This record gives sequence, structure tokens and C-alpha cells, in this order.
Amino acid sequence: MREKLSEIYENLGLPRIIIIGFFIVLLIAAVPLGLSVPNLLGDAIRRWAMYGVLVLAMVPAVECGINLNFGISLGIVAGLLGSTTAIEMGIPNPWTSLFAAMAIGVLVAIPLGIGYGILLNRVKGSEMTVSTYVGFSVVAFMNLVWLSLPFKSGTLIWPLGGRGMRNTISLASSFGGVLNNFLGVQIGDPTQGLYVPTGLILFFMAACVVVWLFLRSKTGLAMSAAGSNPMFARASGINVDMMRILGTTISTALGAIGIITYSQSYGFLQLYNAPLMMGFHCVAAVLIGGATVRSAKISHAIIGTFLFQGILAVALPVANKLLPGTNLADVMRIIISNGIILYALSKTKEGS
Amino acid sequence: MGSRYVLEMTDISKEYYGNRVLKNVNLQVEPGEIHALVGENGAGKSTLMNILFGMPVIHETGGFEGEIKIDGQPAMIDNPYKAMDYGIGMVHQEFMLIPGFTVTENIKVGREITNPTFLSKVFGKDLETLDIEKMRRDARVALDTIGLNIEEYVQVAGLPIGYMQFVEIAREIDKTGIKLLVFDEPTAVLTESEADRLLEIVQLIASKGIGIVFITHRLDEVMAISDRLTILRDGEVVATLNAKDTTVERVAELMIGRKVEKLIEGMGDHRVLSDADIALSLRDFYVDMPGERVKGVNLDIRNGEIFGIGGLAGQGKLGIPNGIMGIYDSEGTVELFGKELDLTKLGEALRNGIAFVSEDRRGVGLLLDESIEFNVVFSAMQIKGDFLIRLGPITIYDQRKAREHTLEMIKTLDIRCTGPKQLVGSLSGGNQQKVCLARALTLNPALLIVSEPTRGIDIGAKRLVLEHLIKLNREEGLTIVVVSSELVELRSMCDRIAIISGGNVAAILEPDAPDAEFGLAMAGLRKEGASIA
Repeated sequence: MREKLSEIYENLGLPRIIIIGFFIVLLIAAVPLGLSVPNLLGDAIRRWAMYGVLVLAMVPAVECGINLNFGISLGIVAGLLGSTTAIEMGIPNPWTSLFAAMAIGVLVAIPLGIGYGILLNRVKGSEMTVSTYVGFSVVAFMNLVWLSLPFKSGTLIWPLGGRGMRNTISLASSFGGVLNNFLGVQIGDPTQGLYVPTGLILFFMAACVVVWLFLRSKTGLAMSAAGSNPMFARASGINVDMMRILGTTISTALGAIGIITYSQSYGFLQLYNAPLMMGFHCVAAVLIGGATVRSAKISHAIIGTFLFQGILAVALPVANKLLPGTNLADVMRIIISNGIILYALSKTKEGS
Repeated sequence: MGSRYVLEMTDISKEYYGNRVLKNVNLQVEPGEIHALVGENGAGKSTLMNILFGMPVIHETGGFEGEIKIDGQPAMIDNPYKAMDYGIGMVHQEFMLIPGFTVTENIKVGREITNPTFLSKVFGKDLETLDIEKMRRDARVALDTIGLNIEEYVQVAGLPIGYMQFVEIAREIDKTGIKLLVFDEPTAVLTESEADRLLEIVQLIASKGIGIVFITHRLDEVMAISDRLTILRDGEVVATLNAKDTTVERVAELMIGRKVEKLIEGMGDHRVLSDADIALSLRDFYVDMPGERVKGVNLDIRNGEIFGIGGLAGQGKLGIPNGIMGIYDSEGTVELFGKELDLTKLGEALRNGIAFVSEDRRGVGLLLDESIEFNVVFSAMQIKGDFLIRLGPITIYDQRKAREHTLEMIKTLDIRCTGPKQLVGSLSGGNQQKVCLARALTLNPALLIVSEPTRGIDIGAKRLVLEHLIKLNREEGLTIVVVSSELVELRSMCDRIAIISGGNVAAILEPDAPDAEFGLAMAGLRKEGASIA
């Protein structure tokens, strides 16, 4: 028994145990405050699946050796571009619209990812710093693009002026909620009960399986080897730079798909500065799951997203009940996400 | 004073983790004497000097036994500052200079001449201003002493390498009360004319009554300038000789001489080696590996033989396998069984059946955070597509097959581990080496190159690894190239041994060749008929 407990402790690590403990404490605290636990859990599950693919994008990045991909905003803007284009095309069927958005998003993400990978190959040793600023820069650049794209659809552009896209674009007429509602199950009362967004979860799991299969393939294993020991990979005849570009491109493409799954669940596209800090949340989530800057597994993305988003989903209502009128929950979110990034980075051995 | 020696080291012994690296070493240096300290890599030269300088590495590992006397007085040197106080200086092999500082600043760093100011009176001596004028004059004197005509105010960064070495010497002789100066391989990075210059300066310094310890493996230099020499081998002094009473051949022999235990005896030898049946042929082969440059090597390795490549560190022997495997850029022709390899293509050697066990086990040889299983099958999977399984349109890693193969390898090579899932980072050096070997063998190679097969592994494992290599050669006819700095190891198992010096083949010798020939070849002195590059 004792051995088993210590084994569990070893596998999870102290930070995860603290966070799991905190999550449970929050759930318990919700009961006397009169909050519906099934409702909170349902919210946690929905947020878990909706952020999942974005966090999953971290896995190929870390594995190929570019460390944590703070520049995931690059993939995110590609996804947003795909979504807006799909809306502009005015496809009535939500499924067609969703897949059109994804296809265009990935098509835009691939050349961006290749260029980004080439850039990161030139700055070996300081990828994380550079990727952070790539993320910031691309968001700023896209601010100009959103204003000047010649889209005409009424849902996209400001109602007055007829030019430039809105901050928030409703997906009600395109693919909003299409995955969430696919085979969705309502357990219990509609307002107090638990809603399981089956389609969304299935999509997230399918994405995990695809990435898992890739990582187990010859190329995927070569990519992981290139990431964990470039000299070793070179001695085995692997082109390390190519593998890094491949990993970066896959990560960027997953970022594009990730933001589309996120948006369809949220119901709105958020343009302009909305993607600015999203990279940090994804990084924090995968680190909470147990990843390091050197190694990340799919399980880290799954567990990490659930813990990170679960805490946010539960903490927000609990904090609002405890201290009404404050934004304590948001403060906590910032402390948790930045704190865990700081913790993980302080654990890395060397600068590279 | 009462002593004719400036330095006496008596009965010095030192152990690193139970491994005795120095045994009762004695060394005496007279004032004004140039005393050479020679020996192979690992003979104990650096350890002896580390003791003399009170380096932390000595005291962190339990100190040493024996006595050091300076000018006849017992000296307690437990840190480098004490050594400086006793008047001992050192010119390093790698320059200990600050590139952005001027020559003067580098000479005077740590011993600046300062003037008090208002601030320093309030806040202490650290805030005194530098007396640049005085420092420059001192630096000039030191530079003039060694006859170096550079301006004392130029930055060190742009100077030619040779000059940096001289600045370093100037710094040492500028120290007041310097009695003993140690030169650690000072000519290793210098051109020939610079080296000549340096030797002149060394003699000049000695003529001023400073004792000199000169560490080098270039025997011709030793014979040219030293008065006496002490030869170390395996941590013991084998001889202290007067330079004029001996010959280079004698010194070379003493440096190498060791009993060679033949590992190949008792193994049946049915091989037929022929100069017409060449497995690997190198022509005009250059490799750009930092610290181990290869400069135009020609070699023919016969099918079925065990070929040794030896030589001192930094001479280029490691560059040869790393160049062939494409880990570092190379030029020249490489033919494997008559087929020319295009080494600009990554993995070309691997795809054509050359397997390599790297000398840098932890850096190049292994994925330390991965399992034994993954390490063993990785190269074969990448190069030959083994251990993959098709699932419809995709191929993925076949763990079951990999597991079976790894279990077999663990058994044949006797890898001591908890199972194929153990991470290689947690294995001992010897077992890690066996994992590297297992990976190379999994490739089913036509030619195996093993670099430093026994570096950092214990004696038992050493023997096992070497015997397994011989067995592979004798029973399966595998051609093996062994690159090693342990000459004894090469002589115990190879059919022929090429000694690399200065990036070139100095000699190809039979394992039974006299010690002196090996010693001379390693020192870069060749017999007539061969030219020195």
C-alpha cells in the first residue's frame, strides 16, 4: 500500500498533487456555497475538450526540440483566417463550414509553420524567447490584416463603415457548437445538470490518436530523437533541421485546428488581440500535465488541460460567491498559469 | 635557503575514487633548470600539476599523500592563490586571457597598481583608481624581457594565437618573486616558427634563474631544450634522465613500454587477409572536427581484419571515424568494398553498412532518457526500416519485435539491467557501452567502427567488450576498426595499427613492433622515407 502510494507520488510529482488537491478543495467548497457540482464539472469537461487540441499542439513542438511553442499564436491566426474565409464563403451546412475552415486554416498554417521552423533553426538555444516574440509580432501584424481584408459578409465586418472585421464574430450562422452538440448528452436538469459534449470530446480524442500514431511512426520517432539529442540523431543519419521544421509545422497546423474547435465551442471568433496570451495558457496547461521543456507526452496534454481548465471553471464561480464583485478568479488564473510556467522553466537544467 | 632545488615533490600519491593515478612520484627542479615532464595521455602529468597548484579538484577528492618543498621549506598548497604566493606560475594550454582587455590589463589583472582617491578613502580599497601609466611600464618590461614587440595597449582579442601565448608568459614573469614556471603543452596550438620562438623564450627565462617544468609530448622539443626529464607512465616515474645522456628512441620506449596481454591468443584464426581484398579505403581524407582535425589521410583496411587507429589526444584519430560517419564535414574519397561513398549525404555510411560506436557515449551514442530497447533498435529502424509494422496506410513502431530482439541482445552481450525498459541514463558506463554496441550490431553491419571502446568503463567490462569484438571478427568475419588512445588495448587485439599524429598517418605498425617505434610515431617523429606534414 505504502509502496503504491509512493509510486503514485513519484509518477505525479508534487506540483500535480497540489493542483489536484486544490481542484478537489474547490469542488468541496462549491457545495456549501450552493453551487451545482455537476454543472461545474460539466463546465470543466467542456473547457477541457475545447482547449485540448491547442494544448496538444505543444507536444510535437517540444518533441522536435524547439521547446515550448509560445508562438502558437501563429497557428491560431491561421485558424482564424481559415474560419473567416469559410464564413465569407457563406457555406450553409455547419459541418461543411467547419471542415472548410479547418482545411483553409491548415493550408495557411503549413507555409507559416515551415517559415517559422526555418527561423527557429537559426536561433538554436533561444527558441522560447524568439517564439514568444514571434507570437506577439504576428498578432500585431494580423491586427492590420483584419482591418484591411476585403471580406464582405455581414457577420464579419463592422455594421457601420463597411470595412474591417469585428472584434467578436458570431458563429451562430456557420459552425458554432456543431461539435459540442453532436451526440451531446444531458444528464439531469438542463440548468443544474451535467452536459457532455460528446462530439467535441470525440474530436479531441481523435486528434490525440492521430498525433500518437504519428509519434510512433518512423518519422515521428526520428523527430523525437532529433529533439532529445541532435548529435545522436545526426549519427543515425537523421536531418535534425528538417525534423525541427516538421515538428514546428505540425504544431502550427494543430494550433489552427485547435482555435477552430475552441471557437466553435465558444460560439464566437475572437480576432485582434485575443490570441495574444493564448500561447501562455497552452504552455501552462501542458506543463501542469507533467511536461518539461525537453519532453512532452500526449497524456501530459490531456491531464494538464483538464487540471488547468478545470480549476478555472470551478474557481471562477466559487471565488465570485466568496468575494462578490471582485475579479479574484481572473487573478488566480494569472497566478496559476504564470506561476506554473515559471516553476517549469526553473526546473530546466541548461539554457538550451 | 639550504636547498639546491627550487621545487621538491616527494612520494606524491593520489587516488580518485579508489583509482590510483599517482604512485610515489618524485620530482626535483633546480633553479634555472628546464625540466621536462613527459608521458602519454593519462600518465598523470596533469594530476601532478594540479597537486602542485592546490587545485580544488584535488582537495575535493580527498587530497594527496606526500610532501612538497619550495626552496627546501615544506609548503602547504591547498589553493591556487597559495601557489601564487609561493612563486609558482603556470602558462596554460588553453589561454586564460580576457579577450576584451588590453595586453596591459591582461598582464596586470588581479594585481593592478592603484592610487587612492576620495571615494576609496570612504568606501575602501576596491574603489581606488588604476595607475595605468605604471601598469603599462611594468607590462612593457615584461614584454621586453621575452622580446615581444607588440604595443601594450592593444586588445588581446585581435592578436594572433601565438602572441596570446606570449602575453600569457609575460603575465607570469611579471609576477614578483616568481621562482618556478610550469608550461602545459605550450606549443600545441602554435605554428612551427612560433613554437621555435617560444622555446627560445623558455630558455631565456630559465637563464634568469627561474625553474621551469615543461610538459609536452613533442619529444624533439624536449630533447632540444630540456636539461633533465622525468618520464611518467601509469602514474609512476619510470625514469629521470639527463637529456644529453639519452636519445629520443630511449625516451619514446620508456614512455610506452608496457606489457601487452594478447587477447587474441587461443582463438582460432582462419581468416585470409589480402591486400587485394580491401574493405574500406580512404584517399586524401580531410575532416573538419574541432580539436581532432584530419589532414589528408590515406588508409586501406583489409576485409576481415581488426585495424587499430591510435595516437595521442588532439592528433586527429577521432576525426577519422566521425568524418566517415558524417558527424563532421569531410573531404576526400571513401570507398567501401570498392563503392565510393558520397559523404555529403547524411547517413550515407550507415546505409552502406558501416556501423559506428561513438567515443562520446553520453553525447552522441545514446538517448539517455529513453529505454534500452529504443536505443538498441533505433538506428536499424531509421536506416533499414526494421521493427516497423504496417497498419493500413501507416507504419508504426513494432514494440513486440523490438522487445524480443533487445532481450536477445541483453543476453548475448550480458547487459546488466532490470529489463529492456530501463532507461540507459541509469546504467553503468560498461553497460551503456554494451547498449551502443548492441545498436551497432542490430544494423548487421559489413564494417564496424568502434571508437574508444573502453573509455570510462571498469576492467571487467573492458575485457568483455574487447573479447566480444574479437569473437565477432573471428567467428563472423566482421571487419572491425578500433580507434583508441589506449595503445595497450590496440596492441592486444589488432592485426595492424595506424598511429595518427598531426592529422596524418605517422606509421602503420604491427602490434609486435618495438615500443620505441610506437613512441616515435606518437610523438610525430617518423622514420626516414615518410614526410612530416
